[in-house]
Amino acid sequence: MNLYAEARDGALVVRLEEERLDAAVAIRFKDQMREIASQPAPRVILDLSCVLFLDSSGLGAIVSVMKSLTPGRKLELAGLTPNVEKVFRLTRMDSVFTIHTDTGAAGLRTKGMRDAG
Amino acid sequence: MLAKQANQSVREMSPIARPEPQIFYHSFPADPLSVRTALRAALARFLRQVSPEEAGTLELVLAEVLNNIVEHGYADSNFGTISLSIVRDRKGLSCSVSDDGVALPDTCLHSGSNTGPSPDHLPEGGFGWFLIRDLAEDLGYHREKGRNLLAFRLPLRE
Repeated sequence: MNLYAEARDGALVVRLEEERLDAAVAIRFKDQMREIASQPAPRVILDLSCVLFLDSSGLGAIVSVMKSLTPGRKLELAGLTPNVEKVFRLTRMDSVFTIHTDTGAAGLRTKGMRDAG
Repeated sequence: MLAKQANQSVREMSPIARPEPQIFYHSFPADPLSVRTALRAALARFLRQVSPEEAGTLELVLAEVLNNIVEHGYADSNFGTISLSIVRDRKGLSCSVSDDGVALPDTCLHSGSNTGPSPDHLPEGGFGWFLIRDLAEDLGYHREKGRNLLAFRLPLRE
């Protein structure tokens, strides 16, 4: 399970570098995400741009991670690929999450911009 | 000399491309990583005959069906076997899955209006069979002599 977390503009950005978030890895993902998200940050943004396939177990794990966040903190998602977006849309769970096209659209300054400024 | 030339022209004219195999069959142990391998094999077989979106739907429906058997059908035993076959027909991809696990509850196949779990309650499960019912057609189930047979079709645009 390749999860990379970094603090950016006060948000915790977690990038899942796996092609699949499915039944084979859902529990591991859930456990590791809960540990990472225990760091105090008002926003947690999960970057799913590497993930090409999500099934119902993976979706359940993402919901579980969101529910584990302390009140007032929300899990936001970024970079949904077409097959992943479809699962959120069909299950109507896209109404529950704030979904950004990418981490840039999440209102975070990119590293390049920060360097330029 | 003439015969040699004729031979050569026959060889040149003979079709090189073989027809695509129409039936996919794969039997594998009921565990999550074997399911992944089966999905990869099924996708590879039909990838050239379907659109990227249809490929995504095929992979999702098969994953839900197969992982359900791993998690629930064989939940009480440590091993089991799943057989998956897919045939391309005029209407789409006709799939059948068999296993020797516990019987499938009726509620999986029939769920009224099939609206799925309510997002407001932040459900962590119950999505799998909703997705199968939503995306697959002609869903049928039969149990005989301790064996489950599930059949369904994934429509293709062509």
